[in-house]
Amino acid sequence: MSHTVVETKALEKHYQMGGQHLRALKDISIRIAQGDFVAVMGPSGSGKSTFMNMIGCLDAPSRGQILLQGEALTQLSAAALAKVRNKYIGFVFQQFNLLPRTSALDNVLLPLLYNNTPRDEARARAQACLQLVGLGDRLDHQPSQLSGGQQQRVAIARALVNDPALILADEPTGALDTETGLEVMQLLQQLHQQGKTIVLVTHESDIAAFASRQLLFKDGSLISDRSSIPHSASAELALLRQQRMKEVAV
Amino acid sequence: MNSLTLLQVAWVALRVNLLRSILTMLGIIIGVAAVIIMLALGAGARYDVDQQIKSLGGNVFVVFARGRFMGGAREASGSSQGLTEMDAQAIEQQIPEVNVAAPTLRASGQLIYGNLNWAPEIHGVDNKIYTAQSWELAEGRSFSDTELASAGRVAVIGQTVKRELFGAADALGQTVRVNKMPVTIIGVLKGKGQNTQGNDQDDLIFMPLDTVRKRIAGMTLSSPKAVRSIIVQVTDERDMAIVEQQLDSLLRQRLRISDNQSGFSIRNLAEMVETRSQTMQIFNGLLAAVASVSLLVGGIGIMNIMLVSVTERTREIGLRMAVGAEPRIILKQFLVEAVLLCAMGGLIGLTLAVAVSLGLEYFAGFTAIIQPQVVVMSLGFSCLIGVFFGYYPATKAARMQPIEALRFE
Ligand SMILES: Nc1ncnc2c1ncn2[C@@H]1O[C@H](COP(=O)(O)OP(=O)(O)OP(=O)(O)O)[C@@H](O)[C@H]1O
Ligand SMILES: [Mg+2]
Repeated sequence: MSHTVVETKALEKHYQMGGQHLRALKDISIRIAQGDFVAVMGPSGSGKSTFMNMIGCLDAPSRGQILLQGEALTQLSAAALAKVRNKYIGFVFQQFNLLPRTSALDNVLLPLLYNNTPRDEARARAQACLQLVGLGDRLDHQPSQLSGGQQQRVAIARALVNDPALILADEPTGALDTETGLEVMQLLQQLHQQGKTIVLVTHESDIAAFASRQLLFKDGSLISDRSSIPHSASAELALLRQQRMKEVAV
Repeated sequence: MNSLTLLQVAWVALRVNLLRSILTMLGIIIGVAAVIIMLALGAGARYDVDQQIKSLGGNVFVVFARGRFMGGAREASGSSQGLTEMDAQAIEQQIPEVNVAAPTLRASGQLIYGNLNWAPEIHGVDNKIYTAQSWELAEGRSFSDTELASAGRVAVIGQTVKRELFGAADALGQTVRVNKMPVTIIGVLKGKGQNTQGNDQDDLIFMPLDTVRKRIAGMTLSSPKAVRSIIVQVTDERDMAIVEQQLDSLLRQRLRISDNQSGFSIRNLAEMVETRSQTMQIFNGLLAAVASVSLLVGGIGIMNIMLVSVTERTREIGLRMAVGAEPRIILKQFLVEAVLLCAMGGLIGLTLAVAVSLGLEYFAGFTAIIQPQVVVMSLGFSCLIGVFFGYYPATKAARMQPIEALRFE
């Protein structure tokens, strides 16, 4: 059995809205091992993002426990949580969340600014990550000079730069068209093959099929957890491109 | 995150919103410039006054007889005596702190040379006047003992008188008429120029005391050795207070004036000038206060913009927190931004102040002195404003919850 990256025990998240009490997460106990590629699925409002934010240390649980790399996260100060995020977690957001008017390189090395990586080393690592996501020739481009797919790849490079134990992607293809979405999934699969642990939130089953394990949420509860043989994003991409070519030819 | 990186991050954030940054700085720029200019003008005025005091001698008293001596018969009938040359002698001999006591007389009259005429101040003096009022001779000589004792018809003239009557020609040995009496020029004084009130100090002529007393028409005196005033120079400026007391008691005794009468007045020229300059100082203080208010308003402007900036960049803050920025680093980042904004505003304001001060000196004839401590102080103060008014917006940024900040629309 491989090493556990993150584990939740009877995790609950409650929101108090006006007089209403909302249980956004109900008794979630789960273990994600090193090398897992997990897709979190479920209808809108089922608690996918809430779950993701919990294990990403962006939000504190109402009850229950989270262990990240064996370390309990409850009772940590905001500063300590920031350190944990910096060290263990790489985020990819639906809306990319890049700093505007800032070069791709500077965007990618942002996490390294906060752990005092020497400047030269930080630049070298950021550059290597941009090369890995296929943007080695776009180092000085600002987000406004990049396509959506390229921006998301910059964001993925940023998530990779500190070599985190866990990559969390909340609907990374949500703002992209099918083809660029497939390109991003191809990249994530590639990273998975290299041994990265990835948790991906999506409500599209096509996208979830690229992961090796699917969690299904409904009304804050985990209702199914199954493993599957992942589809290949590269193959689908090739297929899609073939179809495109035919359409153009006809 | 080291301080250089913090500075870089702040610089980038300010540059990204260049126009807004400049507009925000404007309040600080104007405030700092106004404060520095006001203080520079104040220091300049102070300097002018000091120069004037120096030219008058900060260590000089002038003793006037009051009501006992005047140039007319009306006042000559006073029962007690006025000041005399003997009083000057007594002051010099009996008060050890006194360096010199020079008796003087004033008269008015016309100088005529050829077809030119001129009406300078006519002073009856002896040679002590050179020490007492710091005069020097440009050419010629001072009065001889014989000329002083026998009311010699000789004169030493100031630069203005020389220029008006002789132009570039030699004045020494020439004869002018003073109220019709022929007088030979034996010396020319070095120029002192204008005093700070703009009065020409060189428009005068010196003649021996007796010459003025006896030969300038219209003088009826209470005593044969009467003088109008005595200029008393004290050796050490720190002894001014002691000398003033001693002068008072000595003169009361000599003039037989009881303690509750006043027969003379003792004036310190430096004090007179200083009193006049106080009005100016109050005015300057008022302007400096107004300038400080504008600095304050500038600071509030900074706070306002920083608050807007924090709100606008909520998602950025959320992202920075998500990738590992601790709250205290977010706090620092926004503080550094505010301080950088203010410091740059201060620098630009300083530059502006230097330019305006030079302009005022060059075109309007003001004396403006920008003291180094004022520069340091105003720059330090603008940084302080940055910290003070940047602190609240920065705490607001640092207190954000990462998840809420990321979700912010
Ligand atoms: N800050 C909050 N305050 C109150 N309720 C919240 C808050 N955040 C989330 N919720 C509620 O919790 C529930 C789960 O929300 P969550 O964002 O996790 O859904 P989701 O599965 O990610 O949905 P989607 O697919 O639309 O992104 C929802 O009912 C939502 O209204
Ligand atoms: Mg969601």
